Amino acid sequence: MIFHHEIDKAFGYAPKPAMHQADAQKPGIDAIGQAALASHPGSVLQYISWDKDEPGTVTAFTNHAVNGAPDDAVVKAFDAYTGKPLGLVGTGPMLVVLKLHTDVYLGQPGKWFMGAMGFVFMIAIVSGVVLYWPFTRRLSFATIRSEKTRRIVWLDWHNLLGIVTVVWALVVGGTGVLNTLAEVMLNQWKSTELAAMVAPYAGRPPPQHLASLDVVVSNAMKAAPGMDVSFIAFPGTPFTSSHHFAAFMRGDTPLTSRLLKPVLLDGETADVADARELPIYLKALLVSQPLHFGDYGGLPLKIIWALLDVLTIVVLGSGLYLWWVRRRKTRQTMRVSLASPSLQPTP
Amino acid sequence: MSDAPRHPRHGNWIAVFGLPIVIGVLSLAGLLSALLFNELGRIFSWFAVGLPLAITAWVYVRRNR
Repeated sequence: MIFHHEIDKAFGYAPKPAMHQADAQKPGIDAIGQAALASHPGSVLQYISWDKDEPGTVTAFTNHAVNGAPDDAVVKAFDAYTGKPLGLVGTGPMLVVLKLHTDVYLGQPGKWFMGAMGFVFMIAIVSGVVLYWPFTRRLSFATIRSEKTRRIVWLDWHNLLGIVTVVWALVVGGTGVLNTLAEVMLNQWKSTELAAMVAPYAGRPPPQHLASLDVVVSNAMKAAPGMDVSFIAFPGTPFTSSHHFAAFMRGDTPLTSRLLKPVLLDGETADVADARELPIYLKALLVSQPLHFGDYGGLPLKIIWALLDVLTIVVLGSGLYLWWVRRRKTRQTMRVSLASPSLQPTP
Repeated sequence: MSDAPRHPRHGNWIAVFGLPIVIGVLSLAGLLSALLFNELGRIFSWFAVGLPLAITAWVYVRRNR
């Protein structure tokens, strides 16, 4: 998951835009939208998105209906300068890994399961920290008693690797659990804040003729100065009302680029209807996502993330080994004590 | 019940959890710095979040010498 971008690229599943000069003319968003519809006749646009790290591409989501299921959406990248299609996005081998990682292909129950596993993982970490004290209080930090039995050596490694990775593991575990609640939080936002934003326009029909996407983008940018558009949700999609476009704006630092700000615009006139900050729980969710995947500090951080994953697996494995050895030992002691009559209480 | 055994115990607590706490605080600072500050925060995060790996490597090398 950490290297999903690199892996998709290596297998040729990431669209590559042609090189363009920085001052080259862009054709406009309307042209991209038309190109997306032309390449999938009979479908409608759901979203258009811009990746902060891929300024040369625009991604269009088309589906059989504006409220079509996410799994039915066709996600295609377009060259921002020529409007030419560059290929499908997110269909590579990493999509399978992502599905296995988030919901085991089981939808929300699968997510609850993964969240529960993450919670158990965090409890295991905390219990390990509690046990760290009795096992290491007579030792100095990072002692490995190499001369002792294999069990003691593994115990020392387990304690060392566990305690140096504990904060990182808790952060990754906690943000992972939070992410399993993403859909629940989004639904909460839709039924409260988004509902309040669109309430004044209740009963308005879906737009007959959609406003120009270029006007939508420029109006949204005027309403949120200093911010860029992350994605536009078309009227009727789950991220907006049936009558409005929603432009989700982002800042330009690693943190503010995660904290999206929704701007609602009239579907026919592109007039700004409302703009609000996201509630604190959705901000927490958006900030927690990079902290789970480690994809926010360049390639070195990704490599560190992967190696820390390896250490965590060693901690889990050695923990299981220590538990198993100890269990076997206790059973043996019990058998010995039962076998020797001198140790049995006399009737 | 006297103060005498309490002091060594206090010292012991620092000896056991002192360095892990320093490492934990640095980890957290590194995780946040890459999120909050652009280039410098990124570079700091590589060192701070990578510290557990450096310690592991150091212990491994020391043990095999």
